Amino acid sequence: MRLGLAIDLDTCVGCHACAVACKEWNGESLMAGPLPDYDAYGKEATGTWLNRIRHYECGTYPENKTVNVPMSCMHCEDAACVTVCPTGASYKRPDGIVLVDADKCMGCSYCAWACPYGARELDQDEGTMRKCTLCVDRIYDERLPEADRQPACVLACPTHARAFGDYDDPDSDVSRAAKGRSLPPMLEKLGYKPVNQYLAPRQAPEIKMQPPRPKKSLADYIRDWAGAGKGS
Amino acid sequence: MIETTSQPIAFEDTEGQEVKRTTCYMCACRCGIEVTLNREGRVRFIKGNRDHPVNQGVLCAKGSAGIMKQYSKAKLTGPMRRKPGSERGAGAFEPISWDEALGTLAERLARIRATDPRQLAFFTGRDQMQALTGLWAQQFGTPNWAAHGGFCSVNMAAAGLYSIGYAFWEFGAPDWDRTKYFMLWGVAEDHSSNPIKIGLDKLKRNGAKFVSVNPVRTGYSAIADEWVPIRPGTDGLLALAMVHTLLSRELFDAPFLSRYTNAPWLVIDAPGTAKDGLFLRDEAGQPLIHDRKQGTFVGGLGAGIDPSLFGEFDAPGGLKVRTVLTLAAGRYLDERYSPAVAGPQCGVPAETIERLALEMASIAFQETIEIPVKWTDVWGQEHDKVVGRPVSMYAMRGISAHSNGFQACRALHLIQMLLGALEGPGNFRARAPYPRPIPPGQLPENDEAVMAAPDKPLGKTPLGFPVKPEDLAVDKDGNPLRIDHAYSWESPLAAHGAMHMVITNAVNADPYPIDTLMMYMANMAWNSTMNTAGVRDMLRAKHAQGPKKGEYKIPFIVVSDAFDSETVRFADLVLPDTTYLERHDAISMLDRPISEADTVADAIRHPVVKLDRDVRAFQEVLVDLAGRLKFPAFTNADGTCKYKDYPEFIWRFEKAPGIGFLAGFRGKEGEKSLKGEPNEKQWERYIENGAFFSKHWEPGEQWMRHWNRDYQVKAVEATFIPKVEPIVMQIYSEPIQKFRLAGQGLYEGPKPPKAGDRERLVKYFDPLPDWYAPLDGDGADDGEYPFHAITQRPMVMYHSWDTQNVWLRQIMAGNFLYMNAAEAKRRGLESLDWVWVESRIGKIRCQLKTMEGVESNTVWTWNAIGKQSGAWGLEKGASESTHGFLLNHLISEHLPKAADERSLTNSDPITGQAAWYDLKVRITKAAPGEEGVWPLFDGVTR
Repeated sequence: MRLGLAIDLDTCVGCHACAVACKEWNGESLMAGPLPDYDAYGKEATGTWLNRIRHYECGTYPENKTVNVPMSCMHCEDAACVTVCPTGASYKRPDGIVLVDADKCMGCSYCAWACPYGARELDQDEGTMRKCTLCVDRIYDERLPEADRQPACVLACPTHARAFGDYDDPDSDVSRAAKGRSLPPMLEKLGYKPVNQYLAPRQAPEIKMQPPRPKKSLADYIRDWAGAGKGS
Repeated sequence: MIETTSQPIAFEDTEGQEVKRTTCYMCACRCGIEVTLNREGRVRFIKGNRDHPVNQGVLCAKGSAGIMKQYSKAKLTGPMRRKPGSERGAGAFEPISWDEALGTLAERLARIRATDPRQLAFFTGRDQMQALTGLWAQQFGTPNWAAHGGFCSVNMAAAGLYSIGYAFWEFGAPDWDRTKYFMLWGVAEDHSSNPIKIGLDKLKRNGAKFVSVNPVRTGYSAIADEWVPIRPGTDGLLALAMVHTLLSRELFDAPFLSRYTNAPWLVIDAPGTAKDGLFLRDEAGQPLIHDRKQGTFVGGLGAGIDPSLFGEFDAPGGLKVRTVLTLAAGRYLDERYSPAVAGPQCGVPAETIERLALEMASIAFQETIEIPVKWTDVWGQEHDKVVGRPVSMYAMRGISAHSNGFQACRALHLIQMLLGALEGPGNFRARAPYPRPIPPGQLPENDEAVMAAPDKPLGKTPLGFPVKPEDLAVDKDGNPLRIDHAYSWESPLAAHGAMHMVITNAVNADPYPIDTLMMYMANMAWNSTMNTAGVRDMLRAKHAQGPKKGEYKIPFIVVSDAFDSETVRFADLVLPDTTYLERHDAISMLDRPISEADTVADAIRHPVVKLDRDVRAFQEVLVDLAGRLKFPAFTNADGTCKYKDYPEFIWRFEKAPGIGFLAGFRGKEGEKSLKGEPNEKQWERYIENGAFFSKHWEPGEQWMRHWNRDYQVKAVEATFIPKVEPIVMQIYSEPIQKFRLAGQGLYEGPKPPKAGDRERLVKYFDPLPDWYAPLDGDGADDGEYPFHAITQRPMVMYHSWDTQNVWLRQIMAGNFLYMNAAEAKRRGLESLDWVWVESRIGKIRCQLKTMEGVESNTVWTWNAIGKQSGAWGLEKGASESTHGFLLNHLISEHLPKAADERSLTNSDPITGQAAWYDLKVRITKAAPGEEGVWPLFDGVTR
């Protein structure tokens, strides 16, 4: 099983809905939280987040494009963060989700250094590491209506640019979304085999152009139109 | 592969949790939310309501961050008055009781109402309760009321309502499911939020093309299939160049134009006379058309006509007449509208303009959609299908906030009309209670005697839609009757008022001084104003001489807000409001309901969180004051108040028999909708239903509603429209021509006495959509102020509300000025340089960033990030005050003085829409050591 997200860069408008929904659900989640805020009303507010949106430009004006890239844990198949963890706090579940057992975590941050995706953040109050759990406490919570057993980010995303599911299941939401559209894995050469996939922006649709009619003088137009009373 | 481990999952402790459904208010979008409360009644999680017509389960960043708004440190905790002896604006307050606060206020208001009701100016911000505040102002008897529409979007509303009978933003929406070509004009990230995002995803999945016309490529434009970096303020010209292309290639929907628009109506050509440019009409006033079959003039609204779309005719009485479309063709086929001429002015290649127009036409005419559905038109003819030309558009303040925005928006509607792409499948479609007659038949109060009459309500609502110079609110000498000069010769069609002029005009006693300024949720001392620093000085300006020496020019300021905004500290009396999770609210059918194209819908809010402070919902305050002041609509015959509170007012009040604020669950048992007796269980029924009411129109009522009999029969019953009749879209606007005639001195009725007004009417009141350069700066790029300076809307923030939000401010707590990278290089500027930005009225200092996604002549920044130190619960030195800035300081509320020394509003000359996107600036590198944003406004932290 390889649970993960499919994130569509064709429709991500960079609105941060996923990041804030994540912060809200997981801040009080027994599996992911707390996610503290520091200097909340002060000079430079910061906090612990499990998902952040990065904005990039590619190309040169006026052929430029803006791309928004939400980044959270990729739940790598060969997760370096798990391998480097000296206490065994970081672990990978059989369903592929990478988690941190806060009781075993001593906050050494080796895992955060090992993660090339910047997906782990330290809770500076408790001194333990935080990361995306794919909302493991939602997706398996049978008390929730089935439609709500989804990560908070996926439920919130206003452009439905996020899907959740098992990449080993060809019928899952993620497999279907990614089919034919997934980009090569991010930082592939490092060999961590990230499970989350990013979907490439679609090509602009081709418009079949109506054959143009010749231009005429205004007088000709009015005469023709007045006679026919019709345009196209 | 690494080894896997299983450990038990600790699930949410749901014991004692409760889920309540209500309506979000983190912006004006009005999404349905499910609020999970923990056993202590604290908000645990806010999630989109999947059954809700607006957001269908999704929720934006602001919506999820609502929890941090609820627990914000900036919440006001109780009523306060300015400390005796302290200066206004210093923010020194002392607590008082609600009894004292409302007692003092009621006494003052009663005195104003008994002497000169105009002395109360009541302006509201982003509230969505104008049906109530408008009724309240009318009952008080003051014309000086409006919400913030004059600052925000009146150009979109007015252009739509004077052209197509509905409008961009709340009164219409693209048919996202069926459109195959979507053109978005300008920034729209805040209006509307989730529905547009949901729609953009649908477009992409359906393979539709999405074109964004915007000087800046962020937000929605990021995912556009094509980005058209236009020069600000030239959208109208770009649109008319597309019109030129469509006409010159004979690409227009003749049947649509001849049946559904005034294209065949006949315009009288009699220069120098009072009839010039008016429609040829019969004795009953019906516009005439020339019928091709009968070869004669017949009523243009009748059944079975066959109008000539083009032609010049001799009408009875020796009048020369031409069809509207003939005039339009003559106008727009002129070379000045050709892509080759217009393109360089817009900064868009001519080929691009032509191609975009041809793409739209190709989709419209080659990929036409037909939906089999039986419907009957208002003429009684039965149809078995609707035809859609699947092109749609949307536009908001990128068009609106220019002084040529009204005409630019009309130009967009002209493209839609030429393509026959309105109200059908795949088009921009109306949302109930729209479409309405063009314009809606509601005139603003303009009787000076009524306005000045003590203790009497106005006879009409303060706001409406003038159709002729007689409808203006001016005195016998042509001077404004309203404090904001709305409906004066300066701003004749100011359908939303002109909030941005209130403080300046009041301080200048222009046309008269006022006693009390009451503001609700309007941050008029900060981002919801032009010339911010100047306006802040005016709020504390005192008389320098005379009997009132030393007294404030605006004697009394009342502010109601839930949060400690910059404006709160200028109050003499603060009435703290609740949050959106703590109150009752009606998102009313009488106002701006949540209808979608296929459904009629409205919504409520109700308290889901218990109050823990001594605050009151402003709605409750208004109902309370209405009782104390004995407004007729709120008072029983024996003088007692009719309504014990706001919820009772909402379910019991009837505007007309059976018509109330909420359209759902009416009738004794809640079995009726749209019309029915009041139901005392109405609130409960809304709450049970998820805080909204929604009803699908029948398939035969969903389309072409301007001409759909079955729909209109129901709309008449619901009082959306007065009668079943064709609502003919107006390419050519006769009301506007009447104002032009007044400017020309030809109108048989009121005419403006001042030469400056006459010139403006002649120049800008064009009955056909036209383009003129923005008034301020006149568009020159090589002059003293070479850059256009505009704002974009961060999707994580709504105006100034959200930089206090602990989570959202972590995403954005400062702003940069963005400049095109190549342009910056040419000027020797680099990212992170501190720069001076100067306009004709002042300068600011901020930090520059370069980027690719901005048009070369434009600089931009995010809206309303800058904050006053100490406001909004922010600590001293918070980055919003040290790294955030406003462009507002650079924007004058006045145009440069006219030849006659008058200071005219820096607004659209037709609608009075604040023209804050017309700003032109010059940018110079700050000297070494000149760092940090400037100006700084010292605040106090309470």
